[in-house]
Amino acid sequence: MRIHEYQAKKFLADYGVSVPRGAMAKTAAEAAGIAKELGGRVVIKAQIHAGARGKAGGIKTVDSPDEAERETSSLLGSRLKTHQTGEEGLIVNSVLVEEALNSIKELYLGIAIDSATGAPLLMASEAGGMEIEQIAEKTPEKIVKCHVDPGTLQLRGFQAREIGFGLKLGDKERAAVIDIVPRLCSLFVEKDCSLAEINPLSVTADGRVLAVDAKLNFDDSALYRHADIKELYDPHQENELEMMAKKKGIASYVKLEGDIGSMVNGAGLAMAVMDAIKHIGGKPANFLDLGTVNNPERVLNAFKIIASDPGVKCILVNIFGGMARVDVITRGLVEAYSQIDIKVPVVARLKGTNAAEGERILSESGINLIKADAFHEAIEKAVTAASGNVLG
Amino acid sequence: MSILIDEGTRLLVQGITGSEGGFYTHGCIEYGTNVVAGVTPGKGGSLWAEKVPVFNTVENAVRETGANASIIFVPAAFAADAAFEAAYAGLSPIILITEFIPTLDMARVRNFVKEKGVYLIGPNCPGVISPGKCKAGIMIPQAFMPGRVGVISRSGTLTYEVAAMLTEKEIGQSTCVGVGGDQIPGTTMAEVLALFEKDAETDAVVLIGEIGGGFEQTAAEFIREKMSKPVVAFIAGSTAPPGRRMGHAGAIVTGKEGRAEEKKKALADAGATVVDTPPELSDMIKKVLNSEN
Repeated sequence: MRIHEYQAKKFLADYGVSVPRGAMAKTAAEAAGIAKELGGRVVIKAQIHAGARGKAGGIKTVDSPDEAERETSSLLGSRLKTHQTGEEGLIVNSVLVEEALNSIKELYLGIAIDSATGAPLLMASEAGGMEIEQIAEKTPEKIVKCHVDPGTLQLRGFQAREIGFGLKLGDKERAAVIDIVPRLCSLFVEKDCSLAEINPLSVTADGRVLAVDAKLNFDDSALYRHADIKELYDPHQENELEMMAKKKGIASYVKLEGDIGSMVNGAGLAMAVMDAIKHIGGKPANFLDLGTVNNPERVLNAFKIIASDPGVKCILVNIFGGMARVDVITRGLVEAYSQIDIKVPVVARLKGTNAAEGERILSESGINLIKADAFHEAIEKAVTAASGNVLG
Repeated sequence: MSILIDEGTRLLVQGITGSEGGFYTHGCIEYGTNVVAGVTPGKGGSLWAEKVPVFNTVENAVRETGANASIIFVPAAFAADAAFEAAYAGLSPIILITEFIPTLDMARVRNFVKEKGVYLIGPNCPGVISPGKCKAGIMIPQAFMPGRVGVISRSGTLTYEVAAMLTEKEIGQSTCVGVGGDQIPGTTMAEVLALFEKDAETDAVVLIGEIGGGFEQTAAEFIREKMSKPVVAFIAGSTAPPGRRMGHAGAIVTGKEGRAEEKKKALADAGATVVDTPPELSDMIKKVLNSEN
């Protein structure tokens, strides 16, 4: 789960990491009020669940409360598109108004799960301000790393010093980094983060070391033990269709830009179906993992979601496995045909338990599906159907 | 001798009295697996389905029945503790089916099983099957047949699909291991490759990876340095957009190494044969096996 920058900074402050003075505003008037209180130059930062906001015009530095009001009103309600948001962008419903700082140095500090070792990995760099992937590509020698012991999940004092002394810093800055590193680590572990990033951690002209931008992502599987994080969930930052899918109990749905919708059981198989579509020149419209297929209603709901994507020109249903009951899925399909006006061709490959019963239900219903037996046959038929060609 | 489980496996089921645990235990027994005990705290002393004794603790169950492996169907919030319990008792493999276990819980569990020297397969996995010998998992038996190809996969349904494609071409499997779709698996693909390399009943390996993490790269390292048997690989998720989680908790491209293209390249450079779609796996395995002979 993702949260906004202002919320992440609240967590950091709770753990004793210095952040710039400022507050969140939901109206232009509020923003002006905060700017007035802060005095002098302030930064208006659009709050969306994505980074790279600066280049997209989501971060403005202003000199007066009036200007703060103007910039805020133009940001609020707009959709901000960055290279991390996808084509539609994300809606700006709030801004963070903060004191403008004079940074003389920008560092990177982050913790993520390193799956190769099965432990949290702490990374720091003097080349802050850009994304860690870019640092890794351009100046990998400038990244200092250390693993958090997976048994205790605690950072040792010497590890914080290794990070501090591994960066080119003045004494005072180094002391600040050595102080911040274990705090960030405690936050990561205690709140079950999947990513905790301070980027940049800025050294200002007046000698302060502050978290100027912060990103915290949380482990969805651990939310059950963090009511304080769960309540920060912001549905407005989610794609509408994806949210609907979540509400309807569909294991996972991700909208893409193509024209072949797919409904599959199992995440790996769903990905493989998308890849195979692309491999022969088709364009997948979504990723959809039905999860355990135990009721026809879930099939119906999945169908409703796929069919409501206006870009979809063909729907491919690929079900495989012993847990998947073909009769149940077929009932869901028949129900979908009776409830929704399906205007696009549907290709179905239904393999699993009770396939004969499914066949009977299908033929009695009289609905007109394009049937496929083998995996590649289903993919080929879907790609042909989406291209508008009549199937022989 | 197949890897991890065989005729000698004496399986214990943690969470046997739950609906899922019960359902899949029936499936394992039907397949011929020797299920010797169940564990559900508070239900010790009873008999599950009139045939399997239930114990309150794993320690107790092991002492009474000589169980040597475990499969876990315990809900996510309690699953890490169940895994610790099985590892303390020295059971191996421990097959952890449960999905949605917090990642940091798994960091602790993986660390502990490594210390103990036991194998934990999963979490969020379909389990392990050595066709014709033993099934400790939730997979459909019809997709599998005994043979000499090892299968390693991060995905459940895709494993069945691929196994069925192999079976259809009469390419049997020695053992199929679902390592699971989470960020921190108890056993990595590279570690399973090491088992297959040593296994006298395995001639070649099918590796089914996916986006996210660096597991395929460490598998590639093992292939380059230590693997003498041929490996044919498919990586799911070439079309997945970066930054989006594709179903599995671990299937998300965050950095360069998480991309399908990077993984394919690493595997191909290490000497594995990489294919673009699942149906090509069976043809390629056949080709590879023929050229070996």
